[in-house]
Amino acid sequence: MTALISDSPAVQSPATAGPGRTQRRRPRAGRAVLLLLFAAYFFIPLYAAVDFTLGGSRRNMGHTLSVWTGLVHQEGFTTNLMTSLKIAGGTVLLLLVLMVPTMAWLHLRLPHLRRVVEGVCLLPMAIPAVVIANGILGAFKSWPQAITGSSWILILEYVILALPFTYRSLDAGLSAIPLTTMVEAARSLGASWPTTLWRVVVPNIRTSVASAGILGAALALGEFTIANLLLLNTFPIWTDQAGQQDGEVATTASMLILFLSWLLLMLVSQLGRGRAGKKSPKLRRNK
Amino acid sequence: MSAPSVELVKLSRSFGGVAALDGLDLTVEPGTLTCLLGPSGCGKTTALRIIAGLEHSDGGEVRVAGQDVARIPANKRDMGMVFQSYSLFPNLDARDNVAFGLRMRGWNAAKRRERAGELLELVGLSAHTDKYTHQMSGGQQQRVALARALAIEPRVLLLDEPLSALDAVVRVQLREEIRSLQTRLGITTVFVTHDQEEALSVSDQVAVMRAGRLEQCAAPAEVYAGPATAFVAEFIGTMNRLPGTLSADGQTVEVAGRRLVVRQGGTEAGPRSGGEVTVLIRPEAVRLEPAEDGTATVRQAGFRGPITRITAVLPDGTEVLSDVPSASAAELVPGRAAALVLDDAPVMVA
Repeated sequence: MTALISDSPAVQSPATAGPGRTQRRRPRAGRAVLLLLFAAYFFIPLYAAVDFTLGGSRRNMGHTLSVWTGLVHQEGFTTNLMTSLKIAGGTVLLLLVLMVPTMAWLHLRLPHLRRVVEGVCLLPMAIPAVVIANGILGAFKSWPQAITGSSWILILEYVILALPFTYRSLDAGLSAIPLTTMVEAARSLGASWPTTLWRVVVPNIRTSVASAGILGAALALGEFTIANLLLLNTFPIWTDQAGQQDGEVATTASMLILFLSWLLLMLVSQLGRGRAGKKSPKLRRNK
Repeated sequence: MSAPSVELVKLSRSFGGVAALDGLDLTVEPGTLTCLLGPSGCGKTTALRIIAGLEHSDGGEVRVAGQDVARIPANKRDMGMVFQSYSLFPNLDARDNVAFGLRMRGWNAAKRRERAGELLELVGLSAHTDKYTHQMSGGQQQRVALARALAIEPRVLLLDEPLSALDAVVRVQLREEIRSLQTRLGITTVFVTHDQEEALSVSDQVAVMRAGRLEQCAAPAEVYAGPATAFVAEFIGTMNRLPGTLSADGQTVEVAGRRLVVRQGGTEAGPRSGGEVTVLIRPEAVRLEPAEDGTATVRQAGFRGPITRITAVLPDGTEVLSDVPSASAAELVPGRAAALVLDDAPVMVA
């Protein structure tokens, strides 16, 4: 049976379609120009950097992957990269273990304190890195030297630094689901608090948790100031030092860490989307 | 396992100094369905949540099969609960939602799957086992929620306004299904609602609440026909409020030119004597007969199938509602004078 009323654009009369199309074209053109400007601003430096690492600046030699392939043979490259990856992993783990239950509890039981906690979590954005670095050293001075005197201390530093992003991300996720009734339903069905958190809350804020994790990891992989202040060797510190001797190596290392972060981002977002898509397309859209 | 009884003994709970429950006493017999009925804020949902263990009480006891369950956490109480807002887990399909409670009880995957399938079949959703919440209608989601609550074979089934979010047709259909399931499974059930029609149609007993207290708890017909208080009388069904004069001994009341007997315990604040009162009379106890010298004037006639509800006005401006058989309502057109005739049945005064 043919529908009597159609909302398809195909049934628009030429008289009404004409002006509408013109009106639509203007903002579309504006958007395209903006997008183009943004893309140029974003990609030209990246292109220049990659071109530089491929020897593009030395026109007579052509392009080569030699700097990229030789990167792993650079002294300190692997060690410092592994250190940064370990710190990033530890940061993400500690951040989520601390913040997911805290945020869920805050939403469930202490909603009136959300603004206060948000304010506290935003503080690291306003406090200078040197204050945070020394504050954490002071706060954890009674801890074993193996932690406070090594690069592991950076995990504690970066957890604090990542709080603003983590708060925002988890807060958005938890606000988008009917948390209270879901938790009460799980409890009435026999789930303990940890089980409720793991099997009901986390799966339904999966995208938010992934975002918080990615932001934490990206921060830990690229942070320079605090590591430098604490005289610790991480990948960004190594990159900076390498840059003083060889600009191509430093740029290549920077590009590598950027691509690694992107890869991680894509991987986690694909994983989240894949599982969410298989399980619940609507849930994915809501996040 | 036989169904247990549920007893609430002097249950109290306050929120910020306001008493939501004020010494509530209630007994739900094993295998029966009791509706907690009352206006918004009367404490019915608070009582249900305390039974479920989702809320704590400030005083009193909740006894299930005679045992005080106050110290048992919600996840150990073995109570199935259905919420107003469905509360299905969006990351799980219908089958996994139903199987969730079984998983918490350590059932293996095959048994869970089988049992969830059985329950979904019980609620008529065997063709929807793989659907997610967003792929189901409100009625289907609430059926899944019901199956999920029943899957764990709860000692008590708690329903917190389960039909409020559904449209009228589905609501009637689902409430009949709930009643049918409850009767078949013989499960002790507490059903919270603010819809009197819902409460009267599905319950073994209706507990009418007001300001955290129980006004009356009795079978639906008894609550309707013999309300214990003026509040119950007015809350359940429709009630006319006519001005009357109470006799000195408080036994009779004069209303619309007739002297009627006051029902035993039918005064709001205990026995009273003399003075102006409001007489509560149901529309079906009021007859309007076309008469040129009648004191009432018909203002409106609303056809309701077998009966027609007539709205008439007395000389003092009081509105009177009367349910008359539609077959004899043809003459009661707006503007027509009519005589007001009251049944002899004892009345309540407020």
